[in-house]
Amino acid sequence: MSAGRAPFTLALILVVILAVGPFAPQWTLFLLTIALAKGLVVLGLMLLLRCGLVSFGQALYYCIGAYAAGMLGRYFGMSDLFTLMLAGMAASALAALVLGFLLARYRGIFFGLLSLALSMILYGLLVKTEALGSSDGFHVLPSTLFGVRPADAWVRYAVLAVAAVVAVIVALLVHRYLDTPLGKLAPAIKDNEIRVEYMGASARYAIHVKYVIAAALAGLGGALAATTVGHVDPEMAYWTTSGEFIFITILAGTGSVIAPFLGALIFGIIQTVAFGISPNTWQMVLGTSLLVVIVFLPHGLWSLFRRRKAA
Amino acid sequence: MSVEQLLAVLIDGIIYSAWLFVAAVGLTLIYGVMKIVNVTHGSFYALGAYAAASITGALLARGMPPSLSYAVLLGSALLVTLVVAPLIERGILRFMYAKDEVVILLITYALFLILEDAIKLIWGVSPYFIAQPYGLLGSFDVLDLTYPYYNLILVGVAILCGGGLAWMLNHTRTGKLLVAVIHDTEVSRAMGINVERMYLFTFTFGSMLAAVGGAFTAPTVSVVPGLGVEVIVLSFAVVVIGGLGSLPGAALGAVIVGLVRSATIHYLPQVELFVIYLVMAMVLAFRPRGLFSLAEARKI
Amino acid sequence: MHGLKKVVAAAVAAALVPAFAAAQEAPPLKIGVVSFLSGAAAGPFGVPARNAAEIMVEMLNAAKVPAPYATKGFGGAALQMQLVDEAGPATTQVTEFRNLVQRDNVDVVIGYISSGNCLAIAPVAEELKKLTVFFDCGTPRIFEEKSYKYVFRTASTATMDSVGAALYVMDMKKGKINSIAGVNQNYAWGQDSWSDFEASMKKLAPGVKVGTSQMPKLFAGQYNAEISTILAAKADVVHSSFWDGDLEAFILQAGPRGLFKRSTVVLTTGETAMYKLAEHIPDGVVIGARGPYGPYAPDSELNRWFSKTFEDRYNVPPNYAAYQMAQAILGTKAAWEKAQAANGGKRPDTDQVIAAFERLTFDSPGGRIEMAIGAGHQAITETVYGVSKKVKGKMTVANVKRYPASAVNPPDGVKAADWIAGGFKK
Repeated sequence: MSAGRAPFTLALILVVILAVGPFAPQWTLFLLTIALAKGLVVLGLMLLLRCGLVSFGQALYYCIGAYAAGMLGRYFGMSDLFTLMLAGMAASALAALVLGFLLARYRGIFFGLLSLALSMILYGLLVKTEALGSSDGFHVLPSTLFGVRPADAWVRYAVLAVAAVVAVIVALLVHRYLDTPLGKLAPAIKDNEIRVEYMGASARYAIHVKYVIAAALAGLGGALAATTVGHVDPEMAYWTTSGEFIFITILAGTGSVIAPFLGALIFGIIQTVAFGISPNTWQMVLGTSLLVVIVFLPHGLWSLFRRRKAA
Repeated sequence: MSVEQLLAVLIDGIIYSAWLFVAAVGLTLIYGVMKIVNVTHGSFYALGAYAAASITGALLARGMPPSLSYAVLLGSALLVTLVVAPLIERGILRFMYAKDEVVILLITYALFLILEDAIKLIWGVSPYFIAQPYGLLGSFDVLDLTYPYYNLILVGVAILCGGGLAWMLNHTRTGKLLVAVIHDTEVSRAMGINVERMYLFTFTFGSMLAAVGGAFTAPTVSVVPGLGVEVIVLSFAVVVIGGLGSLPGAALGAVIVGLVRSATIHYLPQVELFVIYLVMAMVLAFRPRGLFSLAEARKI
Repeated sequence: MHGLKKVVAAAVAAALVPAFAAAQEAPPLKIGVVSFLSGAAAGPFGVPARNAAEIMVEMLNAAKVPAPYATKGFGGAALQMQLVDEAGPATTQVTEFRNLVQRDNVDVVIGYISSGNCLAIAPVAEELKKLTVFFDCGTPRIFEEKSYKYVFRTASTATMDSVGAALYVMDMKKGKINSIAGVNQNYAWGQDSWSDFEASMKKLAPGVKVGTSQMPKLFAGQYNAEISTILAAKADVVHSSFWDGDLEAFILQAGPRGLFKRSTVVLTTGETAMYKLAEHIPDGVVIGARGPYGPYAPDSELNRWFSKTFEDRYNVPPNYAAYQMAQAILGTKAAWEKAQAANGGKRPDTDQVIAAFERLTFDSPGGRIEMAIGAGHQAITETVYGVSKKVKGKMTVANVKRYPASAVNPPDGVKAADWIAGGFKK
């Protein structure tokens, strides 16, 4: 699929989700919403990966977004889905803006491991904070839309619909961003940063911008996950959560802004199937499927679709 | 802040540092030579602990003199790595070296997941204990506190591992070839070094160190599923603080983390939970590539 | 590549299939059982609980359980168990819970060891209107912060363990306790256990000093530095709510360093380790079992049957997690059959089962269980403590003291922390 088709495909996917949603079983709606939330985080990671950076601590922003959303409900009684998502996004972007001054100087494995250390510090702080439920976390208010709580039978669909619209808009924005001069700098930074600097562009600035965007997306995803799941806990900042996001990023591939969402959905399905068919050895199933994808689809699941078009 | 307490901080810190160093040093070796951030390191730590606990336990039950158990602990760690590590390196990893650092990291993560369940399938979920070697040597008193002598064995193992590794790198043919590979893989290949064989050797040897760490920890803990998970991130932290790929760095990293953690527990137990990551973040903030980092040429 | 596409398609199909398959099977009851099958909590809790669930389901289906549970399954309907691993973050657990309810159409979910998971699942159970029985998790927050219609917990909260431990050491030391110290894991369970114990001790022995409170990271494994600080504190009583590998590592490391000689050590979950580490636990260590389970279970036909059946199959005596799982299944059965009787022998609907479950009193291998607090959704039980004592090389408990449910649990509607702070008013 050429990059230019992405907007049409996205619109088509949105229409399909909105149209089929009311007839789909409830549990699939939930699975899909979680996949969208994780897909948003992974979309941010993809931006970073395009310039060769891998964050082993993206869970930091996922968690900040989730806790921001949860605390708005806990202390101010707010439950509007849009407000919570905006708040999660803003909180994470702000944190990333500050931390970015430090992190934008780092490359390769050190960028990853410093991110990891920061997310683990947040984890430690949250576990020590008994007012926020320590390691057990706390309950997040059920989401409302414009002050109305949708009927129980429709709430999953409503949240999914909002999530899908938001995700598609965000994906389109990112898609456009990739076409801007700043966006196109990414592969150049990955290949050779010094040449980028000779060109007169600032790699550090470009990375800082991408870092903030990625964090905002993670915060958005975190807030969405928090209201969908109805619970937040410090494990959202733990390194295994970051690991899962990287896992999905590699699984998906960086071919298109659609890939992260597809990757997150496939990951969700693999995981739930593994849980279902082999509750005692699901880790083995998960690990094996990752190996299979890396070995046979070096460019991620997305290459499945691309090749079909080429053929 | 009494003298007794400072002494206790020091002793506890050194014991913990020794444990950390043995657990982490293989990681830095593998990274130095192969540029792989090896998540299976945790699996080998767990494999070493399981092999040591089950084999030593079985032999003790069959009447082996307990004094031999230290040799058996070591032997079982070596045995299990000699079987599993080459299998993974030859069977899977060697086809992956052309891939990105991150992708290889994920491959080792996938292997780690698989090994986690494999360990469960082989040994089950019930804990294994092999505590005899811990108490066997008696204990010594420092002022008011009692410490089993076994802790000194742990320190000895750490010194032997570190010293032995340094000696090997500087004084043996294999070691010198390894240093060449660490500095530049491509030139080494051009010079006729069999890099593939070096990789196999390094992976096995590095994993073996992890397994030895697990084996000598086994007498002080209960060997249970998930044992390896905690070690992964902790070893990363130690090795990163020291500078990835640096042997003296890993030693210094272990000592710093060990002493800081011990001091925290004695004086400020509230922050123990994240003090290691705090140290890691601070070190990286001021020394972006860790304390003992190798200079890297800028590619133009 | 087409091969892989097929695999992916097959995976998607496999995820969807149970939804259709479930629709065709009607008569047996499906129960979802959630318990740790991987990770550190699998060995001491998760797998013994799963084993207990398997025995109970099999025996109930064969109608081989002693009275008053001799009827087949639940009210004559056979049970079908669907097992789920409790590992993974809350997101995963909520997803799997929804899958159990909405995809697999289970009739009741019994499970959850982690308090965090219980807190996350309870509101979802409410949203999906599915009867959900927690069998082990300890936090009192569940019914203190909210009230639930569809959620029940058949085990006592962790408050009981800490209060019981404090009462027991006061009895044991005849009130002469000048200082206490603690070593607990740094997460909600450890923090709550310690703060309840500390608060109780301050009420029971006013002026008691706290030597040190150590909170190592969960699964840290190496405790030399913590043990040094506790040894240095020379406290009369050392409290620990460590469990599993951490508990066992702590015992192995603390023993040779003389901690058990220097202080009276209370291990509130010590029962899971007492047989495995018999030779490393000296006499006189206070052992808890989170209630009247294992060595503290009352002598009844039901208990004799349960421990024998379990031991015959798995070669180890059932630990408290196994007891609690059996208790949850039997409690649900009791409620189910009471509702069925009230419904003229026809299969009751969820609301009828809930009505029967609220404030129910039922018998389990651990004795009589009352769903007395949390507006009738939270069980209270008596609790029992004793000290380790080896008799002819076999580990047993001595100086056993039983504390009635009302002495170690807050009354209905009172928060645990307020109840302790107010001096345990009944």
